[in-house]
Amino acid sequence: MKNGRFGISGRTLAVAAPYLWLLVFFLAPFAIVLKLSFAEPLIAQPPYSAVFEWTGGLLPRFTGNFENYAFLLSDDLYINAYLNSIQIALFSTLLCLAIGYPMAYGIARAPGAWRNALLMLVILPFWTSFLIRVYAWIGILKNNGILNNVLIGLGIIDEPLDILHNHFSVYLGIVYSYLPFMILPLYANLARMDESLLEAAADLGCRPWKTFVSVTLPLSLPGIVAGSMLVFIPAVGEFVIPELLGGPDTLMIGKILWNEFFQNRDWPVASAVAIAMLVLLVIPIVIFQHYQGKEAGDVK
Amino acid sequence: MNSKSSSAPAAAPATNAITSPYIRIENVTKRFGSFVAVDNVSLDIQRNEFFALLGASGCGKSTLLRMLAGLETPTEGRILIDGQDMTHVPPYERPVNMMFQSYALFPHMTVADNVAFGLKQDRMPADQIKRRVAEMLELVQLERFATRKPHQLSGGQRQRVALARSLAKHPKLLLLDEPLAALDKKLREQTQFELMNIQEEIGITFIVVTHDQEEAMTLATRIAVMNNGVILQIGSPTEVYEFPGNRFVADFLGSINLFEGVVESIDGPLVVKTEAGPMMELEARGEVSAGQKVAVAVRPEKIAIGKERPSQSMNACHGQVVEIAYQGSVSIYRVKLDGGYMARVNAQNETRSARRVIDWDDEVWLSWEREAGVLLVDEA
Repeated sequence: MKNGRFGISGRTLAVAAPYLWLLVFFLAPFAIVLKLSFAEPLIAQPPYSAVFEWTGGLLPRFTGNFENYAFLLSDDLYINAYLNSIQIALFSTLLCLAIGYPMAYGIARAPGAWRNALLMLVILPFWTSFLIRVYAWIGILKNNGILNNVLIGLGIIDEPLDILHNHFSVYLGIVYSYLPFMILPLYANLARMDESLLEAAADLGCRPWKTFVSVTLPLSLPGIVAGSMLVFIPAVGEFVIPELLGGPDTLMIGKILWNEFFQNRDWPVASAVAIAMLVLLVIPIVIFQHYQGKEAGDVK
Repeated sequence: MNSKSSSAPAAAPATNAITSPYIRIENVTKRFGSFVAVDNVSLDIQRNEFFALLGASGCGKSTLLRMLAGLETPTEGRILIDGQDMTHVPPYERPVNMMFQSYALFPHMTVADNVAFGLKQDRMPADQIKRRVAEMLELVQLERFATRKPHQLSGGQRQRVALARSLAKHPKLLLLDEPLAALDKKLREQTQFELMNIQEEIGITFIVVTHDQEEAMTLATRIAVMNNGVILQIGSPTEVYEFPGNRFVADFLGSINLFEGVVESIDGPLVVKTEAGPMMELEARGEVSAGQKVAVAVRPEKIAIGKERPSQSMNACHGQVVEIAYQGSVSIYRVKLDGGYMARVNAQNETRSARRVIDWDDEVWLSWEREAGVLLVDEA
C-alpha cells in the first residue's frame, strides 16, 4: 500500500484509531484507578493523597502503599462480597444456560419464517431502558404488586408472597436481564450447525437424545462458553439489580464499591475493590478468549 | 418403465428370479407441499447389486435415497428391505448406512473416532472396535491419519474417511449420495475403482446417486435414469446407453444425434424418412406402423466421417464441417447437414499426424451401419 503525504498509510490509520480509542478511554482511566488504589484517603479536594512525588530526579518517587489491598483482605466484608458475587453470578449463569439453551435450540430449529420473529422477541426488551425494566419488576413482585394481587385474587394464596428484596428477586432480575446475552451467541452457534451431522449420527444408529449429547452439545461448546462469559462477567459486577431488587443482606461487590465511593467517600479503597474485581474477572476472560481463538482456528 | 432382463454378466443378480428382491420400493411418492419430488416409483434391487440412480439435480434421486436411509418418510407407498417393511422405521434402527454428499464428518472427533462412532452405538466391545477401525482405515489407506481431525485432511481424504465410517458397521446396504462429486477427475477415477474393489471384496448392496453418467456407467451394474420424480428407464449401462427407451434417456447419457421423421416402411428393415431429407434404415425394435412420427437416434461415435460418397444409399448424409474440437484421442466434428441439422461426430485420431485429413469447411459424408440407429417413438 502506498503511503500518504505524511508517510502514514490509510491502513495504519484504520488500525491505529481503535487502539487510540482504547488507550484514551480504557487504559487511561484504568491507570488512574490503579494509581488511586495505592493512595490514602484525605478529607480534601481531591479526597486522596498523592502517589508519586517529584523529588528532582529523573523518575518520580513512588509514595503509595498496598494498605488498601491489605485492608480488603483483613475485612471479611469484602471477601464475602466477592465470593457472594461470584456465587450469584455463577448460579445466574447456570440458570440462564438451562433456560437459554432450549430456547436457542428451538429458535435455531424453527422454520425460517418463524426464526426472525422469535429472535426479535429475544431482542425486544432492549428497546426499553434497562433501569426501567428492573424497576418494573419491583411493581410486579412487591407485596401489593401485580403478581401477589393476581394470586390472591385467584384464591391461590391468602398472604402476599415475600418475593422482593431477597435472593430470589436478585436471581430473577439477573436471569431476566442477561438471558438474551446467553441466547444470542448460542443461537448463532446452533443455527450454523450442519444438519447433515445429525442425520449422519442417526444413520450410524445413534438415537436422538444421544446425538444431542455426543454431537450437538460438544459442537455448541464455543457458544455455551461465549454466552456464559457474557452473562457471568457483567453479573459479577452488577450493581443496579442487587441495589433495586436485593435486600439488606444481598452482599454484592458492585454495591460495596458504590458504598465505598459515594457513601464513605473512600476513593482509594473503592479503587482497590475495583482493581481486585478486575483481576478476578481476568481469569474467565482469558478462558473466553482461549475458546474464541480455538473456535476461529477450527474453522480454517 | 421397461425393465429388461440383462444379458451382461455383471448384472447377473438382477436376472436371478429365485431370490426375492433385497430392496422393494412400492409405489412410493414423496411430496414437499405441492411439489412432487418422487412420483409413484416402484423399483426392485437385488442383493449385491451396484445400483445407480442417475438424473439431473432436482430429479428426485436424492429424495429416494434419503427415504431408503429413513431420513425422509414417503408420503405414499412402502419400502421393504430384506422383506421387512421399513417405511416408518427411524434411521437409527435400519440396517443401512449412508455416505453423505457433504461427508458430514463430525468435526470435533478424530478420524478414528468418526469411524468408530457407529460401532460405539452398537455397544461393541472396545477391543473389537479398535480392530474394526484399524481394518477400515487400512481399507481406505488412511492408517497414518487416525488421530487427525477432519479439518486437517484434504477433500479426497475426507471422502475416504466418510466411506470408511459408512462401511464400518458392515451394513448390508450402503447408500452413496454423489460420493465423488467433490473430487477432481484423477482422484475420482481412482476412487471409482476402489469402490468397485470394496464392493467385490465385502459383497454388499450399493445404491449410488449421481448426476454424472460416466460415474454411473463405470460403477453400476444397473442404472435407473430419473427425471421429474419418475424413473424413465432401468437397465445395465450398455442397455441404457445403446438402447435408450426415450428421448430424455438418449439425450442425458452422453451426446446423441436425433433425426425426426416418419416411418416409411416396416417390411424388412425399418425405414424412416427424416425431415432433414435422407432415408434411414434401422433394425426394428418395438411396434410401429407406417406413417408414425418417430425419431432416429445415432450416437456420435457410431458415425463414420469421410470425403468420399459412401456406397450405401441409406444412413448417408452430406454436409459441411462447421467446427472441429481436437481432444487428443478423439476429435469432435460438428457438421451442418444439407437439411440444416447440426450433427455431431466423434472420430478416433488413429494416425499420428499434424495435418488434418478433414478440415474446417470441408464437404463431408456421414454414414453409419443399420445397427447404429435407435428408434424413439415418444413425443418430443
